[in-house]
Amino acid sequence: MTDKSHSPQTAATSEGAFGRFMRATEIDPRLLGMVGALLLIWLIFHLYGAILLDGGTFLTPRNLWNLSVQTASIGIMATGMVLVIITRNIDLSVGSIVGVVGMYAGLLQVEWLPPFMGLGNPWLWIIAVVFGIALGTLIGALHGSLIAFLNIPSFIVTLGGLLVWRGVAFLASDGRTISPVDPTFALIGGGPYGSIGSTGSWIVCALACVGVIWMMIRGRASRKLHGFALRPMWAEYTMGAINCGVILIATLVVNSYGWPKGILKDYYATLGQEVPEGAFIAHGFAIPVLILAAVTIAMTILMTQTRFGRYVFAIGGNPEAATLSGINTRAMTVKIFALMGGLAGIAAVIASARLNSATNALGDLDELLVIAAAVVGGTSLAGGVGTVSGAIIGALILVSLQTGMVLIGFGDGSYRKIVIGVALVLAVYLDIVYRKRIK
Amino acid sequence: MTPSKTGTPLVELRDISIAFGGIKAVDHVTVDLYPGEVVGLLGHNGAGKSTLIKCLSGAYQADSGDVFINGERVEIKNPRDARAQNIETIYQTLALADNLDAASNLFLGRELVGSMGFVDESKMEAETRKIMARLNPNFRKFKVPVSALSGGQRQSVAIARAVYFNAKILIMDEPTAALGPQETQMVSELIQELKAQGLGIFLIEHDIHNVMKLCDRASVMKNGQLVGTVNVADVTDEDILGMIILGKKPAKAA
Repeated sequence: MTDKSHSPQTAATSEGAFGRFMRATEIDPRLLGMVGALLLIWLIFHLYGAILLDGGTFLTPRNLWNLSVQTASIGIMATGMVLVIITRNIDLSVGSIVGVVGMYAGLLQVEWLPPFMGLGNPWLWIIAVVFGIALGTLIGALHGSLIAFLNIPSFIVTLGGLLVWRGVAFLASDGRTISPVDPTFALIGGGPYGSIGSTGSWIVCALACVGVIWMMIRGRASRKLHGFALRPMWAEYTMGAINCGVILIATLVVNSYGWPKGILKDYYATLGQEVPEGAFIAHGFAIPVLILAAVTIAMTILMTQTRFGRYVFAIGGNPEAATLSGINTRAMTVKIFALMGGLAGIAAVIASARLNSATNALGDLDELLVIAAAVVGGTSLAGGVGTVSGAIIGALILVSLQTGMVLIGFGDGSYRKIVIGVALVLAVYLDIVYRKRIK
Repeated sequence: MTPSKTGTPLVELRDISIAFGGIKAVDHVTVDLYPGEVVGLLGHNGAGKSTLIKCLSGAYQADSGDVFINGERVEIKNPRDARAQNIETIYQTLALADNLDAASNLFLGRELVGSMGFVDESKMEAETRKIMARLNPNFRKFKVPVSALSGGQRQSVAIARAVYFNAKILIMDEPTAALGPQETQMVSELIQELKAQGLGIFLIEHDIHNVMKLCDRASVMKNGQLVGTVNVADVTDEDILGMIILGKKPAKAA
């Protein structure tokens, strides 16, 4: 994880071994705290199952794989919500954008285009995906324009959007469920066929590790060029080992979750064979998870390496100063909301593909999870502070709480809501305490 | 116009008016500025000094009147236009993004980018270290958000931003208001240095001693109107105070 923190760091004069380690490796302590909280949540769910039920099921390849797929659409939207909240806005409409985009993308590929193009036409899924992302972007740009040029508060514009787009999604199909979607389109949602298998996953793993190491070498070279202090070599090696280790473990986990028996049977049946003794085909990384990873990397680069990212932080820190520095804050607002809408479009594609259908309830209440993910991930509602990587961990924490409660037998919704609500408030409180301490 | 200055002024704000909701904040004001000159803008709070100057820095657009740079009429519609004319402004509020570090603020809106179009953070920090070594050698806090800096340190970041980009016209809105004696001295020396380099400086200032010390001419405003412009060398501080308080122009400078 490359952490680019905009929170103040203080160098304590008297520090222990841990403090020295933290300073040398330049790990963001808040990010570390969030990862710690995530691991703790996982452990508690697992131990609860292991001690009180008939065996822990949380820390199993199967559950962790499912968790990764379930996090994809929330996580993708959370990376955009970070930008929205950093610039002191809010977007309550993302769940409804998911609904309306999913519905129209579904209608397009199931009812509107097949009469002309034929069912199963290989262009169908591509058109549906491009259309979905474009529609989301357009809706976001519309919201952004209302906020930037008519000066309507984002809370109101997107609250209106929440109602309007949910209503439009219902009217589009008179409340019908559109199903099944194009078979290629459905792969974007994951599942055994929508995963890249063992070999593909190892290739991704190797590429990711090479990428991590290349980034570190490049960063070091740049520091050297300008004569800045370098991290000690042991810290570089430690960080490299931690980053590559996490990627390696993730690959091992997804590669040890095999296809279920029914899918194996179907698969060998299409080959005209019997299922061999001890057959094992690994899922590997699911396609939506790879999309999430790509979005995370792209958004992190956008936020830390480009002018656009700078301006997002500047507007959040001091909108007036940003304007006086020649930043077109109105255009920025439109772009940020358009980006958020586009990400909601991607999330809609994944969610409807995963469900293999488009319903008008798709993405219902997602906006709350997405906002909560960004905030749990350290994005400040006061603006100016937040990281993409934090939002991803926030999304993982919230989805873990949701699925974990189901897994230990509190799946009826009420307890789940209570736990997530408490976790949200607690996370923000801990963040406030942390910020006070470092001041 | 004062007799000592001839030729084309660097800046001329001619007959500028701007009103907010029926209140005339600036009412047909004309001021000018020559290269290597410091012109003080004086007046009570609400006299219209900052508003007038914001028409030059691009923060506001005048309702009527023209801006001339080197004798040519220019349109300044936003801060970017002003920067394109080499006009730099140090605002009273400093206009810093508190959550960003010194380098990010210095280059805000004009980031250095590499060949790939990505922001070159290391180079910006290196450049910031260079200019700060000149302006404020004691400055060390390059890695922290500017919210963690003292008033003087924040001021030096704001000044560095104006100086770094080779301004020809500098607008300073009460640059020493929040500073201690030592830092005020630093700013005074900087103004002298920039003036010697041939910059034109508009200085909004309340402290009459600073005006007498730093400015070549002083334009006094009251209730949105220009009381008059005087050569500082020709008048006493009593005269200028009279202009500010009573809105009366001293006889000998007329």
